Amino acid sequence: MIRRALTLYFGVAALVFAVGYFMGTANVSLLLVQSFAYALIALGLNIQWGYGGLFNFGIMGFLMVGGFAVTFVSFPMNDAFWQSEGPMMLGRALLAFLAGALLVIGARRLDRVGITGKLRTAAIILAWIAAYIVYRSQIDPAAAYIEANGGWIGGLGLHPLLGWAFGGVLAAGVAFIVGRIALGLRTDYLAIATIGISEIIRALLKNADWLTRGTLTVSPITWPTPLPQDLQAGGMPIADSFIWARLGFLAMLLVVIAVIFFLVQRAYGGPWGRMMRAIRDNHIAAASMGKDVKNRQLEVFILGSVLMGIGGAVLVSFGQIYDPGAYQPINHTFIFWVMVIVGGAGNNWGAILGAVLIYVTWIISDPVAQQVFRAVSDFSVNQGWGAIPDIESRASQMRVFVLGIVITLALRYAPKGLIPEVVKRSS
Amino acid sequence: MNELIFFINKVLISGTVLGSIYALGAIGVTLIFGILRFAHFAHGDMMTMGGFIAFLLALLATSLGIVTPIPTGFLVLPLAMVIAVFIALGIDKGFYAPLRKRGARPVTLLIASIGVTLIIQGLIRLFFGSASYSFFDNEPKEIFQIDMSAIGATRPITFTEPQLLMVIVTVVAVLALHFFLTRSRLGKAMRAMADNADLAQVSGINTALVVRVTWVIAGALACAAGTMLALDVSLKPDLAFNIVLPIFAAAIVGGLGQSYGAIAGGFLIGFAETMAVFNWAILLRPFKDVLPFEIPADLAIVPTEYKLTVAFVILVIVLLWRPTGIFKGASS
Repeated sequence: MIRRALTLYFGVAALVFAVGYFMGTANVSLLLVQSFAYALIALGLNIQWGYGGLFNFGIMGFLMVGGFAVTFVSFPMNDAFWQSEGPMMLGRALLAFLAGALLVIGARRLDRVGITGKLRTAAIILAWIAAYIVYRSQIDPAAAYIEANGGWIGGLGLHPLLGWAFGGVLAAGVAFIVGRIALGLRTDYLAIATIGISEIIRALLKNADWLTRGTLTVSPITWPTPLPQDLQAGGMPIADSFIWARLGFLAMLLVVIAVIFFLVQRAYGGPWGRMMRAIRDNHIAAASMGKDVKNRQLEVFILGSVLMGIGGAVLVSFGQIYDPGAYQPINHTFIFWVMVIVGGAGNNWGAILGAVLIYVTWIISDPVAQQVFRAVSDFSVNQGWGAIPDIESRASQMRVFVLGIVITLALRYAPKGLIPEVVKRSS
Repeated sequence: MNELIFFINKVLISGTVLGSIYALGAIGVTLIFGILRFAHFAHGDMMTMGGFIAFLLALLATSLGIVTPIPTGFLVLPLAMVIAVFIALGIDKGFYAPLRKRGARPVTLLIASIGVTLIIQGLIRLFFGSASYSFFDNEPKEIFQIDMSAIGATRPITFTEPQLLMVIVTVVAVLALHFFLTRSRLGKAMRAMADNADLAQVSGINTALVVRVTWVIAGALACAAGTMLALDVSLKPDLAFNIVLPIFAAAIVGGLGQSYGAIAGGFLIGFAETMAVFNWAILLRPFKDVLPFEIPADLAIVPTEYKLTVAFVILVIVLLWRPTGIFKGASS
């Protein structure tokens, strides 16, 4: 098994070198940083699906939350907002939100004072409606005011690393709510529910212009490591500065991944990991052994989502732009499933390998398809059939197709993945 | 009275049209779930593919000089449905049947169906790019206007020919499916298999045939739904990918595996969406002299940009309150 894993890792490394040979060092440094950010997120999904057997199809939502977190923490302060009435109005909206939450919680607790059954249900529904109206009555004018004065709330101007951490914290909060709502559901219902929740998160972040600038996008977001511009200011040639700056970012990211990888690998091998696998394989048996299945699943869901939030923050800070309109389920949810399944669910080495391999495949299927189309086009021109039109735009659509082929082939011929989970059995 | 007409146009007609589309899609999703026990995510892209097949056939028909009073896209629909059925059977044979034979879990089939979604979407984009196409480049889109001056309104009730056809197609499809499931031998076999696959098999029901028939019906319905939707709006590669989640919401709200539930769920979600974004202040305006308070300018329950989220909110509420749907659904 170790030999197989090493061979595969050398194979992927060779692939990356080959891509670097054809596309240049600058491109391959870009590709490496992005693929390792994806690997971090794939690691998160591997915790949820591989360790816990939970079906999270809402990864996009957690990436957006993480991206928002790093934008909010590391973008410079917007003085126009802080000097206006905006903070006061947002404070009132927050109070309205808390009041509404109290109202709903109060209505839910009505059974303590003897009001039960239909009466309590009616009270809960009324409380929800009242809370919604109260909250909307405060947030709508606040949002309109902020958008008119100052545009949006801006950031806090802190270090981007704090933003990455905040991405994890915020994702954990969202995961707690989502998990409490959805984790009791059966696998396929859970899949649909998480997709639905991630679409709700996307709609909220995309349309809350006062919070995220929506489709106007926020840029430039700073890096935790020196930017290419900083290196150029130090006298480095432009071409080199991009490579060295990206390598610096990659080093930072690899440190983060190494720490997280060490921790999750230890957790997998320890009693906690054994318990999670027991719950995954047979939750009824695990429950009868006294394991608190519901809370343990919530735990593993939150833990995985934290990594997704951090990964989303890393992607946004590396790309330097937060564009809530650019998030798509294919690029930001399904691709991670392909990574984990191709790599090997339940095996962290597999998840990392799958992430890098699939990301490289995803990137190079565009130029490779272009070459193939050009060859076919030349052939058909020679035959007198005419050329293929719009080769460039067509070739970029091949990525989605290749992703689909890869996942269906993997499910059929290697359902356990390239580096399968090692099941230890003591004789 | 114009306010009432506005309400009819914006809520009743839009809701019926949207509900028909959701219902047509949700029936297919729910049938596949009932028989094969997995959430077939690629159903949305089978709809889009059906729309493109009909579009190509319509182009062919136009180039052959066939001109009829009804839209050409609707005319070629039966042929498009036949082609879509064969593609659906091919997809099952190529992608799902091997997994089923291996005894894969429903979850694996769900992931495989996402793979199929990506393949279909990639192929459509490869051949058609990401532009949008219209069925009505060569013929006019007929618009019906019912004059309402009899009740004192200056605006007419407005709907288009594709919208009318869509509702008719939905009604016909639902009735045909109803009689098929309740009267024919094969339909009864399907219901038996949806109820208990093992018991159906030992009673001598040809389960392989039932699976094929399921794909025939699902493929045909998906093609019809996609074509009707493309006739109403315009044809683009993400036509149905964007509404596959509301369709799933409709199927789940109705109870997965329940055909009638899917219809109810489809219309429930369709009307909920149009009613949630409707500005109710318009209906109050005729009473502004008698009402004791000032009518706000905007009384929509949610802003228009959150229209699609209404379906997900309903989905989440239904899943929490009654996880098997309003009508009791099947479980895998």
